[in-house]
Amino acid sequence: MKQILIISGKGGTGKTVLTSSLAALAKAAVLADCDVDAADLHLLLHPVVKGTQEFWSGQKAVIDDGQCINCGRCLSLCRFEAIKALKNQDGSLKKIEIDPIACEECRVCYYTCPVGAIQMEDRLSGLLFISETKYGPMVHAKLGIAEENSGKLVALVKQKAQEIAQAEGKRWLIIDGPPGIGCPVIASLSGVDLVLVVTEPTLSGIYDMERVIDLAAHFGVLTKVFINKCDINWDNTRTIEEICQKRGIEVIGYLPFSEEVVQSLILGMPVVEYSKGMIAEEIITLWKKIEAIFQKEGKS
Amino acid sequence: MMISIASGKGGTGKTTVAVNLALSIPERGVQFLDCDVEEPNASIFLKPRIEETVSVSIPVPRIDQEKCDFCGECAKICAYHALAVLPKKVLVFPHLCHGCGGCSLLCPQGAITEQDREIGRVEIGHSNGIEFIQGKLNVGEAMPTPLIRVIKEKARRRGRWTNPASVTVIDAPPGTSCSVIEAIKGSDFCILVTEPTPFGLNDLILAVEVLKKLQVSFGVVINRSSMGDYRVDSYCQENHIPILLRIPFDREIATLYSQGIPIVQEKKEYIEDFRQMMDYIQELLPT
Amino acid sequence: MKIGITAKGDNLDSEVDPRFGRCKYFIIVDPDTLEFEAIENFSIEASGGAGVQSGQLVATKEVEVILTGNIGPNAFQILQSAGIKTITGASGKVREAIEKYKKGGFKPVEGSNVNSKFGVLEEKNRR
Repeated sequence: MKQILIISGKGGTGKTVLTSSLAALAKAAVLADCDVDAADLHLLLHPVVKGTQEFWSGQKAVIDDGQCINCGRCLSLCRFEAIKALKNQDGSLKKIEIDPIACEECRVCYYTCPVGAIQMEDRLSGLLFISETKYGPMVHAKLGIAEENSGKLVALVKQKAQEIAQAEGKRWLIIDGPPGIGCPVIASLSGVDLVLVVTEPTLSGIYDMERVIDLAAHFGVLTKVFINKCDINWDNTRTIEEICQKRGIEVIGYLPFSEEVVQSLILGMPVVEYSKGMIAEEIITLWKKIEAIFQKEGKS
Repeated sequence: MMISIASGKGGTGKTTVAVNLALSIPERGVQFLDCDVEEPNASIFLKPRIEETVSVSIPVPRIDQEKCDFCGECAKICAYHALAVLPKKVLVFPHLCHGCGGCSLLCPQGAITEQDREIGRVEIGHSNGIEFIQGKLNVGEAMPTPLIRVIKEKARRRGRWTNPASVTVIDAPPGTSCSVIEAIKGSDFCILVTEPTPFGLNDLILAVEVLKKLQVSFGVVINRSSMGDYRVDSYCQENHIPILLRIPFDREIATLYSQGIPIVQEKKEYIEDFRQMMDYIQELLPT
Repeated sequence: MKIGITAKGDNLDSEVDPRFGRCKYFIIVDPDTLEFEAIENFSIEASGGAGVQSGQLVATKEVEVILTGNIGPNAFQILQSAGIKTITGASGKVREAIEKYKKGGFKPVEGSNVNSKFGVLEEKNRR
């Protein structure tokens, strides 16, 4: 089984559009949406959920008002501004409150409360879905608002997808990666056979592409670049080519800006199935190149 | 007043709206805070002159091996597993440390002190009369919130915040995580930028959940409004969310963006649009 | 002398777990008599610092060598400080890895062979 990860650094470059099209072309694939903060792949692949799993992660501090003696010790020790004092009108301390969003789960208040009024409570921080699409099984997730540990949920999504791919003897695992360069991206990179970096010829697109290429290089994963909306600024497209050449990274394909892409989004289908022309052809060519990479590898 | 600009996901035009709004209301005395510290891109458009750089650190433990009796308490209480106690040695892993101070506080031997470790930098400067502050998280660091807190603290100290006439524009990170909340927190108003596609709608709904949780009033800017469908419009209508501005798709705008040029610099007619948006926001706010 | 092996199961016929920090079990075994003890690794559930926790656990077990697939820099540093040799690249069944080790088929490594965060995969959910 070969794992292909599609990432971009910057959001909105066309990562999910491309992932959905590769999913449609691959056949014998398992799909994984690792953008657990703002998952979008389901809007194009329309998964039917077969199983849901709760994602419990982390423990937040919770205060028991009945036991709290308002001594203010936690207030002075918390370094994350997560403990707040509510005052009475005369300025005296009325009540101590913990802001679950600001809480970093360090447990300092829990350890130091002189009357044991603070407990650490497990929290449900997201849901994981195992689904079926017309292109194959799909694993996706939803992280709650203001929840951290998205790296951990990404790892879980990938692991489930790998298990399914192995059990069903699928040839491909196609992963829609998270944006940025942080922990979730690092989690999505592990064990991947090919990273496809989707970029666009804008200054911010280039800047973020370089950061994400650095990260992939750091992990020693085979990396290829795909330039989307290449005709928006040809000078910048050339700059991307030069950067890639210097680093010895192949630019594996291009797509021009196209209204067909927007139309396919609105209809909720992979653009490769919507487009009758050049857009579909370019993506089919890209997929053939990806297949060739691994065929070559298989022979040698 | 403080106006933050956010979106459920990246690439919708958050920075575009923030930058062009800031440039359209010069008479207000504008402060611009780029709180997207993982990918600070506003400086590409505003090209500020940086006058001051501040290093932002978190305190990490330092072990006095003389005093330490290897009891293992610090490793036991550390929620981030940043300490390992071996029979004759204590190891510290600063990159895992969140700087909570628990170990130094609770070490029975008083063998732990703290030292600063840099996680990023805050840069302060000016651009076209706008006071510009941005944060840059060092690559490989996982904690953006302390940096955002410093950006906002610096802005507050500079005083414009308290002046009701002046406007602080905050470019927030994308998504729904803690760093987004840290950036938006305390805003008088939040502008959510989206696009009229199913993706845009899906991500807008997530962003709306965040703002409801924070109880900050908000409105929507629809970017590339001419390309897409009406689902975002209907959603806003059903949920009584004001649409503040529509920016139609225009190849010229896309090209300007790709070159790092603000729209209002080349297409002056947009200045009036952003000014009207500002007036509209002011009408929406309780006086 | 005892050696430690990261394993997917709790006996000698289990597969070697390629991950150190998030392996399912540590098998602590005497390579000559094959007497062993299996220790469940609870660091699997850690959201961060799994290598640190696992390294600490192994350091208390008086083993001379650790056989695993890959090890990150944090865990490697702990084992090194504790005077434990690290061998990476082990695979197959635990029993086979022990045989290979006895025949001198492995060489201890000088540094960690993967970046921290490798194998952030296995996660067990509570409840």
